[in-house]
Amino acid sequence: MTFIPKPRIDHPNLPRNALGLTRRDYEGALSTLCAGCGHDSITAAIVEACWDLALRPETVVKLSGIGCSSKTTAYFVSRGHGFNAVHGRMPSIATGANAANRHLHYIGVSGDGDTLSIGLGQFCHAIRRNLNMLYIIENNGVYGLTKGQFSASADVGSKAKKGETNLQPPIDPVLLALTLGASFVARSFSGDKRQLVPLIQAGLRHKGFALIDVLSPCVTFNDHEGSTKSYAYTREHYEVAVHADFIPAEREIAVEYSAGEALPVTMHDGSRIVLRKLAEDYDPTDRIAAMAAIQEHMRAGEYLTGLLYFEPSNREFHDICGTTDVPLNSVPYEQLSPGKAGLEKLLARYR
Amino acid sequence: MNVSPPATSPGINDFVIKIATVNGTGSASANALLMKAIFRSGVPVVGKNYFPSNIQGLPTWYEIRVTRDGYAARSGTVDIMVAMNVETYARDVAEVAPGGYLIYDSTWPRPALLSRNDLTVIGVPLARLVNESFEGVRTRILMKNICYAGVLAALLDLDVECVRQLLAETYGRRPALLDSNMKAFALGYDYTRQHFSCPLPLHVEKMDATRGRIMIDGNTAAALGCLYAGATVAAWYPITPSTSLMDAFKSLCDRTRVDPQTGRRNFAFIQAEDELAAIGIVIGAAWNGARAFTATSGPGVSLMTEFLGLAYYAEVPAVVFDIQRVGPSTGMPTRTQQGDILACAYASHGDTRHVCLYPANPEECFYMAVQAFDLADRLQTPVLVLSDLDIGMNDWMCRELEWDDSYRPDRGKILGPEELDRIEKFYRYLDVDGDGIPYRTIPGVHPKGAYFTRGSGHTQYGAYTEDPVEYQIVADRLLKKWDTAKRLVPRAIIDATADSDIGIVTIGSGDGAVREALDALRRQGVRLDYMRVRAFPFSEDVERFLAAHRLVFVVEQNRDAQFRTLLTLETSVEKSKLRSILHYNGLPISSGFIVESVLAELGAPAGSRAASPALSAVRGDKVPKAGEG
Ligand SMILES: Cc1ncc(C[n+]2csc(CCOP(=O)(O)OP(=O)(O)O)c2C)c(N)n1
Ligand code: SF4
Ligand SMILES: [Mg+2]
Repeated sequence: MTFIPKPRIDHPNLPRNALGLTRRDYEGALSTLCAGCGHDSITAAIVEACWDLALRPETVVKLSGIGCSSKTTAYFVSRGHGFNAVHGRMPSIATGANAANRHLHYIGVSGDGDTLSIGLGQFCHAIRRNLNMLYIIENNGVYGLTKGQFSASADVGSKAKKGETNLQPPIDPVLLALTLGASFVARSFSGDKRQLVPLIQAGLRHKGFALIDVLSPCVTFNDHEGSTKSYAYTREHYEVAVHADFIPAEREIAVEYSAGEALPVTMHDGSRIVLRKLAEDYDPTDRIAAMAAIQEHMRAGEYLTGLLYFEPSNREFHDICGTTDVPLNSVPYEQLSPGKAGLEKLLARYR
Repeated sequence: MNVSPPATSPGINDFVIKIATVNGTGSASANALLMKAIFRSGVPVVGKNYFPSNIQGLPTWYEIRVTRDGYAARSGTVDIMVAMNVETYARDVAEVAPGGYLIYDSTWPRPALLSRNDLTVIGVPLARLVNESFEGVRTRILMKNICYAGVLAALLDLDVECVRQLLAETYGRRPALLDSNMKAFALGYDYTRQHFSCPLPLHVEKMDATRGRIMIDGNTAAALGCLYAGATVAAWYPITPSTSLMDAFKSLCDRTRVDPQTGRRNFAFIQAEDELAAIGIVIGAAWNGARAFTATSGPGVSLMTEFLGLAYYAEVPAVVFDIQRVGPSTGMPTRTQQGDILACAYASHGDTRHVCLYPANPEECFYMAVQAFDLADRLQTPVLVLSDLDIGMNDWMCRELEWDDSYRPDRGKILGPEELDRIEKFYRYLDVDGDGIPYRTIPGVHPKGAYFTRGSGHTQYGAYTEDPVEYQIVADRLLKKWDTAKRLVPRAIIDATADSDIGIVTIGSGDGAVREALDALRRQGVRLDYMRVRAFPFSEDVERFLAAHRLVFVVEQNRDAQFRTLLTLETSVEKSKLRSILHYNGLPISSGFIVESVLAELGAPAGSRAASPALSAVRGDKVPKAGEG
């Protein structure tokens, strides 16, 4: 098997975004995942989100680790640069790439194995650094690519396809991110595009680390009776706590929101997120309360979804590093070298 | 008959002082003061610090070798011992060469010290002198060090004005500290002049052999190289003995790369969560077009291997400084070794080989650091610079570092927006020029420049593959690139003026000791040709040197003869030709060790007239070389 290009037949009436590009311009190579894999739906949502935001495709940087989920960076925005790192280490590649050029759009795609087992440390530290990136976990409770072993997100009591029951408590990326001080924490479901697309857009525009944990069933190894990450189980135990509409800075608010029902929050670039609380008493701006509510629902076997915590402006990685606006890969050499005269001075103390 | 004579007997401007103290007591500044004072008298000097992996309370030694001949290595003998640490008295006293001197704190009687009657014992009541003049425990401890510096200055006839000047340079902005240091120095100096006949026969006389020289450690020099190479992203996880390289880079950047108006920085300095992340950050940044590096030591290299394989296969530049220390495992973190030669050359699984540079001293650390970035960019591959603790953390005398303002970084084959505009289609891994080096693009620059970077099988066009033919095309092209690398890396330094059919080869910090050994051997009538290898892959001259010599000594600082192994694996040399000289106890190798090993191998004790055939050959009774007769 080699590269599979998608057959390209552009309909003249395909809708175009502000750059005059169609959705096809944001697609990638043909997916080689199993038919029905949740990951493919997430890919489609990313394509939709990037097209609608009219991102210049070459400014999109796609980063991933290893796994079925991590393969998907090849399946969207083929005019953007992609980097399939080693297993669990995408956050460090993202950190370096972002350090070199702060002005691109960084989308990391990872799996629950890639992020919560081998890559748990790097994941935590990317959050601590508040790296300006969108980090999507395509969470299916198993290692898909190595054929269905439990991952660290498998729930206690969840059954494997071959009948084994998981007895170890899960690591929940949403709760983990909240304890580590993440400023944008969301959960969604691959089957809910209406919820997912605005979340991806808001996450892309968020200044700092934006996490979306997306429940993304593995049809081949974890979609059976007794699994808590199957399509059926997820649909049944899925509760939207907060719906987030995303309105880019350059667009007018089209819908009227009545006061009390919705909470518009302005982001650093003037974009707005309009939060609509669907669960009673849920407050997505109160970290501690959000954590308590999420845990209560988890105890009842339910997934609370939506933009679960959001805090608009904060200090991202480059603010912490104190770096200049000019990308570090483009600072003219003359500004980097103190030259012959400078060396003369620097060496004074060694004479 | 003297079986193993010291290279020369000690004398004026040619002796070794060893100072035994306890770590955490601030003796470093006193030792540095003495070194600098000798250096400023125009006399070449070598400083070696033997310190524990500990913050406070364990024994530590500082060795100052005054060497009028300008040798760079440890000599292996001690002529003057300053025994300041009660715990190590016994072994410190035992280490002094016959006829040497012992200086100790005579505040408390130490009858045991007088056990050797072949030494001159000089007792100075350091603690009493200091306690009478200073208050506070910490101050007294610190000042006692400066006080012994005063004692040595009197005994060695150091220039007091020069010492005053050095202290002024250090404490210029803190006059109170300057005063107390000067006072403590004078206490030791005056007492010694009053009570002993000064100077000793072993003392310092002004020379003019340090003009145009500096005293610098390899880590600082390497950091300067990174600064001048234009590196903007530095990531690391602290580990001795590499930490001071990163500290130096940071402080150089703070001095030269911060916008005075805005306070914003032209660099990112990232303390990673571990070495896996450190190398990941470097690879990510270099992939995105910045010059990036990390510094580490053996344990870090072990952790970095998976990522190094990715960078090799996906062809991403990266610069890694490995400041080697004693292994295996945690080993002896504050002692030196060259134990990572094989680990670095072949770091990672699969068919992987890395470009390695082997600086021999701080001067080379500077130039090779710059070269490492140019090579990494040119070859699109990781470059590992293998320094070691001896080079990295000790002060070495070297030539002034030179900089040519016309230097511009060689960024290698990068297609910019105009070039991308012009071409039909860009293929990341295609060998367009026939040198095995493809073209790359930087993200965000041009829509046509996009490609997918992966460590999984890929075609020369950049697409995923599991096809045997497609895979092998890329694997073979990488081999061609490896051949290109042989022509780009620094060549070996060869001195074949002895015109001998026996050679001696080393890498890195073994250089100083080998050069000195060659002089000593020559004085005994043994002449060897010398080659110092500076890079892997080995350039052609390495192959030629090995072929041209009947017997080759391979000097290195590890137990398993890793460099010799690499030579046998990567050149066509016959294994039996290579004789190892191995030094791996954690101390830097000395010339005496090499001289003895060479003479033992050649089958005749030094000074013996009944030379073996091999020895007579090297002693000039010429035997025809292979191919000549
Ligand atoms: C160092 C290393 N160890 C093990 C593997 C094998 N491996 C590949 S993918 C994977 C698990 C992927 O799980 P997840 O991230 O959940 O992705 P999914 O396939 O479920 O989307 C493992 C263990 C590897 N590639 N590298
Ligand atoms: S194995 Fe599972 S995760 Fe992998 S592609 Fe198939 S359905 Fe998706
Ligand atoms: Mg998974």
